[in-house]
Amino acid sequence: MASHGIKDRVAIVAMGCTPFTEHWDKGLDDLIIDAATECFDASSINKADVDAYWLGTAQGGMSGITLARPLQIDGKPVTRVENYCTTGSEALRAAAYAVASGAYDVAMALGVEKTKDSGYQGLNAMNPPGDGTQRTLTAAAMFSMVAPAYAKKYGVDEETMVDVLAQIAIKNHYNGARNPRAQFQREVTKETILKSPRVAGQLGVFDCAGVADGAAAAIVVRAEDAHLYTDKPIYLKALSFAAGSGSGLNDPNFDYTHFPECETAAKDAYAQAGIINPAQELAFAEVHDCFTPTELVLMEDLGFAERGTAWQHVLDGDYKLDGALPINPDGGLKSFGHPVGASGLRMMFECWLQLRGEATPERQLSLTSTKAMTHNLGGYPGEMVSFVSVVGSELD
Amino acid sequence: MQGIIRSSVYLPYRRLDTKEISGFFGAGGARTARTVASHDEDTTTMGVEAARPLLRDGIVIDNLSFTTPTPAYGDKNNASTLHAALRLDASVGAWDTGNSLRSSMGQLLSGIRQPTTTLLVSSDMRDGLPTSTDESNGGDGAAALILGMGTDEHPVIAEFVGSASLTDEFLDRWRNPGERRSRVWEERFGETRYLALGKSVFAAALENAGVIFEQVDRLIVTGLHARAVKAVGNKLSNGKDILRDELTGQTGQIGGAHPLIALSAAIEEGLAPGSIIVLIHLADGADAIVLKTTDAAIRVDAESSVATQLAAGAPVSYGKFLSWRDMVNVEPPRRPEPARVSSSAAWRSEDWKFGFVGSKDPGDGTIYLPPARVSRDSGDVDSMEPVAMADRVGTIVTFTIDRMAYSPSPPTVFAIVDFEGGGRFPVELTDVDAQRIAIGDQVVMTFRRLFTADGIHDYFWKARPVRLIDET
Repeated sequence: MASHGIKDRVAIVAMGCTPFTEHWDKGLDDLIIDAATECFDASSINKADVDAYWLGTAQGGMSGITLARPLQIDGKPVTRVENYCTTGSEALRAAAYAVASGAYDVAMALGVEKTKDSGYQGLNAMNPPGDGTQRTLTAAAMFSMVAPAYAKKYGVDEETMVDVLAQIAIKNHYNGARNPRAQFQREVTKETILKSPRVAGQLGVFDCAGVADGAAAAIVVRAEDAHLYTDKPIYLKALSFAAGSGSGLNDPNFDYTHFPECETAAKDAYAQAGIINPAQELAFAEVHDCFTPTELVLMEDLGFAERGTAWQHVLDGDYKLDGALPINPDGGLKSFGHPVGASGLRMMFECWLQLRGEATPERQLSLTSTKAMTHNLGGYPGEMVSFVSVVGSELD
Repeated sequence: MQGIIRSSVYLPYRRLDTKEISGFFGAGGARTARTVASHDEDTTTMGVEAARPLLRDGIVIDNLSFTTPTPAYGDKNNASTLHAALRLDASVGAWDTGNSLRSSMGQLLSGIRQPTTTLLVSSDMRDGLPTSTDESNGGDGAAALILGMGTDEHPVIAEFVGSASLTDEFLDRWRNPGERRSRVWEERFGETRYLALGKSVFAAALENAGVIFEQVDRLIVTGLHARAVKAVGNKLSNGKDILRDELTGQTGQIGGAHPLIALSAAIEEGLAPGSIIVLIHLADGADAIVLKTTDAAIRVDAESSVATQLAAGAPVSYGKFLSWRDMVNVEPPRRPEPARVSSSAAWRSEDWKFGFVGSKDPGDGTIYLPPARVSRDSGDVDSMEPVAMADRVGTIVTFTIDRMAYSPSPPTVFAIVDFEGGGRFPVELTDVDAQRIAIGDQVVMTFRRLFTADGIHDYFWKARPVRLIDET
C-alpha cells in the first residue's frame, strides 16, 4: 500500500476554537461564525482569500451549504465531510491534500457540532432506515468491555485497574482546569470519581468524555507560502487515516485490549513523518480519550508504551503535564468536551498553541521537541476509524 | 396412521408470585404463581420458540397453522413471521387460523385428519385488569404440534382415534377487539352449560373412537371457566385416577394455547404404548379428541422439556409485570426512542433478521454475522454459503451492562458471544439476572421482539442463558 504523505508541504497558518461547553445561547451557525471569525482575526487572511472550504460535522447539517449559508460564502467549493468522531480531522485532511495537490492556495477546515439541542444526555446517532438488527448499545457500553479484558490479559488486579482509570480522569481534569476553553475547568478527586453513577459496566460518569457544543477551524496554505501569513506556522508532517472493516465484532481472535485501526494509522503516520520512537521524539500527544480505558489502551496502540505496561506508566505519572510524555495537555475529550465534528480540530488547536508557546502559562509545556501529534478515533472496539497526525513548528 | 408426530411447549422464564398482588392492592392474587412473557416476547415469538425444537432434524412440513386470541398484529398474518423465523420453505403455506379461545382445538381436529403434515402452533398471553381473577389465574405460553401421517423416520407418537364437537351459542366470556380485559357472565350459568356439554362430548368422542370409559388412561379438561373445568373433570373421571393437571397451578391458565400445552405435557409424561388420552376443551361449546400413544419413542431434549422449563423459571416483581403489560406507565429511559424498522430493508434481510442465518466463507471457514457478500480472506464476491446459527450454543466471552441505551425494560445486558463451530456476535442477553452471569457461561439464541415503533414490531434474536435445572 502506498502512503506517501505530504510531509512539510502544507502548513497551518491560522486557527480558531470556541470554548467547548453547553452553549444554550448559540446555535450551529453561531459556533461556525465564532470559530471562523477567530481564525480570520488571527491572521491577515480574510474570507475572500480562502479558495475552498471543508466542513466537518457529524450531524449538524447536510452539505457544504451548512457552512456557506452562515458565513455568506458564495460560489466557492464548500464540502461537508463526516467520518464518525474523526470528522474534524477528516475536514483538515481534505483541505490539506487539496492545497498540497496545487488545486488551491488557501483552504479552510472547520469542524462543528451542536450536541446539546437533542434534549437527551450523551450523543445520539441518527441512523438511516434499517432492518432493525443493528446494535443499540451505547459507545460507553462498547468501550466498557475494554477495561476488564485488559486487566485480565495483563494480570492487573481490580483495585489497581480502578486506580489507573481514575488517574487518567484526574490528569485530564487537572489539565482542563488550566484551560479557559475547556468544558470542565475543575480538578476532581479519586473519591468523587469512584462515587459517580455508573453508566455502563464499571464505567462511571467521570470515565466518559464531556458532551459539549463547539467549533474549531484551521486555515492551511502551501508550506513555502506560510510565512506570508504568520511568523509561527505549524507544518503538517503526517496525516494518516485507517478504517477497519468491522471485523473485530465478528472475529473470535479480537480480545478488546487493543484497537488495530489505531495501530495501523499510527504506524503509517510515523512512517510519513519519519518518526522512529514516538515516545521520545514527540513533545506531547493529543489522543482520543472518549473513555478512560480508551486512553489507556491507546498508549500502547500508538507506540508510547510496550503492550501490557501502559497502566504502570499511568501510575508513574508519565503522561501528566510534567511527565515524560504529556498526554492531552488541554484536558482531552474528558474535560475539554467532545463536540463530535470539532474534536479533531480542537486537538490540532492545542498543538497550535503549545508548539507556538501560546498555551495558558499554567499548562504551557516546556517542549522537549518541536513535534507533536493528534490521534482521533470514531466508532467502537472492533469497528473503528482512526486518524493520526504529526505536526511540527519547524521544517525537517 | 394419522396423529401427532411430535409436540413441544414453550413457557416464558418469568414467574409472578401472585401473592404480591394483594400486597400491593390489598386485593386479588388468588393463586400462587403464573408464567409471564418477558417485555421482549409476544404470542408470535413464543410460538416460534415452541416450534423450534420440533424442526431441528429437518422434518418436512406442508403447512403452518397459527392460532392465538392475542395476536401481535391485526390484519397482518402473524404466521408469516413464524414461517420466516422457522426458516420454512416458501412453498409452505402459513396461516393465522383463528383468534378465539376455541381456535386451537378446531385446528387440532381439522389438521389431524389431513393427509398433509401440519405444524400447528398456538400461543396466548392472558391479561386482566389489576386484581382481577384473570390477572392472577392467567398465564403465558405456547405449544406446537406436528400433525400428519408420520413416516418411518418421523413416526406418529399419538394416534388419532376419534373426536366429537358440540357447538352452543351462549355468552360466558367475551372481549371486544382492542380491549385488555375479558368480561364474564354470571359464573353459574356457564358452569351449568359446560357441565352438560362436557358430559355429552365425552360420551360422543368415546363412541366415535370405539373406546369405553374403562380404557381411558388420561383425561385432560381445559377451558377458561375454572369452576366448569373442575366440575367436568370430577364428573367425567368418576373417581378414577385419570385426571391430571399439574401445569395450571404453576403456569396459570394459558387460554387458547392451554389445551395443546396440557396435551403436550401429557404426551411428554411417556405413558405406556397403547394408552388412551382424552382431551376436552370447553369454549363456546365443547370439543373432545381421543388419542392412543404408540410405541414410537418420544424425543424431548432436556432444554425444552416441560419439566426443565417449569424448574428454570425466575421471579418477576409485580411492578415490572404491570409495566411490561402496559397496565402502568413507568418513566421511560431518557433516550430517543428507536426509529421504526424499514419494511423493505427487513424483507431483504429476512434470513438474517428472522432466521439468524449468517454466511460462511468456504475458503477460510470464517463465519460472518451478519452475512457478508465479500470475503475478507480471498476478496471473492458472492461465494459465501449460508450458515444457520440459531441452534448453535454460544459462550459469553465478555459482557457489560448498559444503563444508558434505550430499552423497554432497562438496563440492557449485552455480551460478546462465540458460537460452537465458529462465529462471534455481540448480542443482547435476555431472561437473565445480570448479577448471576459470568464469562464462560453458555447461551442459546432466542427469537424476540426488540421494540415496537409506529406499530411495527422489531423482531430479531437475543441470547439467553442455557436453562439450569439444578440450581441451589
